[in-house]
Amino acid sequence: MNKKSRLHLPNPPARPGQKPDFSYVHLSPAGAVPRPEVTARARDMESLAVELVRVLDDDGEAVGPWNPHLDAQDLQVGLRHMVLTRLFDDRMQRTQRAGKISFYMRSLGEEAVSVAGGMALRPGDMLFPSYRNQGLHIVRGIALVDMMCQLLSNTRDMCKGRQLPVMYHSKPGNLFSISGNLATQFPQAVGWAMAAALKGEDHLAASWIGEGSSAEADFHHALLFASVYQAPVILNIVNNQWAISTFQGYAGGEQRSFAARGPGYGIAGIRADGNDFLAVSAVTQWAAERARTGGGPTLIELVTYRGAAHSTSDDPARYRAKDDEAHWPLGDPIERLKRHLIELGEWSEERHRALVTELEALVAASWQEAVKFGTMSDGPKLNSDLMFEDVFKDMPAHLERQRAQMRSERS
Amino acid sequence: MAHMNMIQALNSAMDIMLGRDPSVVLMGEDIGYFGGVFRTTEGLQRKYGENRVLDTPIAEGGIIAAAIGMAVNGLRPVAEIQFADYIYPGFDQIVSELARLRYRSAGQFFAPVTIRTPAGGGIRGGQTHSQSPEGIFTHVSGIKVVMPSNPYDAKGLLITAIEDDDPVVFFEPKRLYNGPFDGDPHKPAVPWTTHPKGQVPEGHYTVPFGVADIVRPGSQLTIITYGTMVFVALAAAAALGVDAEVIDVRSLVPLDIDTLVRSVKKTGRCVVAHEATRFSGFGAELVSVIQEECFWSLEAPIQRVAGWDTPYPHAFEWEYFPGQTRVATAIKAVMEPA
Repeated sequence: MNKKSRLHLPNPPARPGQKPDFSYVHLSPAGAVPRPEVTARARDMESLAVELVRVLDDDGEAVGPWNPHLDAQDLQVGLRHMVLTRLFDDRMQRTQRAGKISFYMRSLGEEAVSVAGGMALRPGDMLFPSYRNQGLHIVRGIALVDMMCQLLSNTRDMCKGRQLPVMYHSKPGNLFSISGNLATQFPQAVGWAMAAALKGEDHLAASWIGEGSSAEADFHHALLFASVYQAPVILNIVNNQWAISTFQGYAGGEQRSFAARGPGYGIAGIRADGNDFLAVSAVTQWAAERARTGGGPTLIELVTYRGAAHSTSDDPARYRAKDDEAHWPLGDPIERLKRHLIELGEWSEERHRALVTELEALVAASWQEAVKFGTMSDGPKLNSDLMFEDVFKDMPAHLERQRAQMRSERS
Repeated sequence: MAHMNMIQALNSAMDIMLGRDPSVVLMGEDIGYFGGVFRTTEGLQRKYGENRVLDTPIAEGGIIAAAIGMAVNGLRPVAEIQFADYIYPGFDQIVSELARLRYRSAGQFFAPVTIRTPAGGGIRGGQTHSQSPEGIFTHVSGIKVVMPSNPYDAKGLLITAIEDDDPVVFFEPKRLYNGPFDGDPHKPAVPWTTHPKGQVPEGHYTVPFGVADIVRPGSQLTIITYGTMVFVALAAAAALGVDAEVIDVRSLVPLDIDTLVRSVKKTGRCVVAHEATRFSGFGAELVSVIQEECFWSLEAPIQRVAGWDTPYPHAFEWEYFPGQTRVATAIKAVMEPA
């Protein structure tokens, strides 16, 4: 046979008008994947990087060695944070459509990634989020009003009007400033963790990027430095299948799981069901204990699905099958945890309805409060003098001159 | 006071800061056990330990990113990029992250990182070990950019950089590591022991940013320069017998505009000289500032001296280098009667 080289051009299984097909997603049965000791060598647990850690089965029961045995109260708090994240997202999406904010990014379908991961860590652990981790901010107790004021770039904006909506930060909350340039935070988290280890502290760093941005050099720098220095860091790849219009095959996901890049660097790699609150919690706890006991870094791939558009500037109907998400084999993280709690006898449909009502009221009241500090069209405005501050710690002469010139343009 | 070359002066600055401030850490390729390819960190790992002086992978983007994370966690990293020519893999982390972290987080987060990097040619380095990319970084809001021209300034400016809460890119003109160089490669090398600026205090002192140094006062013209070109400019003016005021900018960002303007208003004539390529080089900013501030005092058009707008060629190094001949041509041009 006359063989030739060929150029492979990855294509998703379904484009608009085609039947959704997720047969490419390798699934392990719930409870089937073994849980190694946190001291296990990366090379002795490589199968975890290609299997799928799952705890919740199709009947809503927690099964297998990864069951984190969380208290019902913790599960209820987790459910509350996830529901709040979704309601907040919904409201901000509509707010953008109404022209009140310029831009928004929802985390629909990915709520467990942030909420379960964030709850499994300690307050002193430093989080380096991406732009789709609003659940982390909610877990860390950042007031919705503060997040909304950032979205509004108003007089109470934590970023003083300098950042696109959703690029939050909180120094007291140990939430690092979100960049907007993809994956830059990944190796920075490793540096933070290196410093924690240098100082002999017990804190770890955790970071999140999408599978699409794992293509960036920063991803590889992060894994390399984490491996070389065995830094106490948890590196999460949120594999939500889509990077705007580009499916995960263009980040290299067709040939090997993303978690498998961990063992390639000598780092523990775990692939987990990102829509399973208990699985996300369990693998995060495992990685945290490993980091805190000198075992070094863990790369976690959280398999999930981007339920919404990339952002309010995007229309996924132009590039993916319309009912794609309905066929997603790992379901909805909120529905799955809710069902589990109901199975445990710790939750009910009535309680859930009451929770939704309560949190909708919280979101609405927070918005009423936030707009008092100004919107894009009404109310108090930030002083544009602020644009010259914080470029440097102290303002140099050339910026003082430019500020004076801008003031003269204003008058 | 002690005789020090620039390498020893830089080593002394880091030694002092490692000793004074437990948050200072050094990191870079080959800088630890080996002491750096130019020996600038020699002995420091042995003295302060592997936790304070870290060898790193060959990944400049990773080095800068890790330094940012370490700085956010309370350390004060001094990262060496082995050659300024190798800084580009770290460019995004410098420009998009390091330079803007304080701004984008409204002052809540900042990263006091110093990036040291040997720059400039004249050492047979070819196009990958000779570049002067300082102008690229002066174009970025939020980082300070300095380049010393002698051991005394090198130590004082590096201590200032490490103590500064803003990020600093610190260019070391490597042709000046071992002695002042007037641009003539055929003359025997002159060591720093022969030069007053090779006398360096052994203890802690600082040279402030934003203050230019009038290296030689003069009345007939002003030569504004920095780095390797300081001694070339001095030699070219001396050879022509003109009374030039030679100013070493030292700190490109922030820039001491007042000293430059005062001098040109006095002399009425100005040459701007740097080793970096000409087009959109930092010299263009200097010329622009002088033109804006001193136009009515100028007796002649400002002249620019720079490297040619080509990569730095290995075999034609001295035809490329803006030596005394090129400086002299510029001096003669500005000295012509109006």
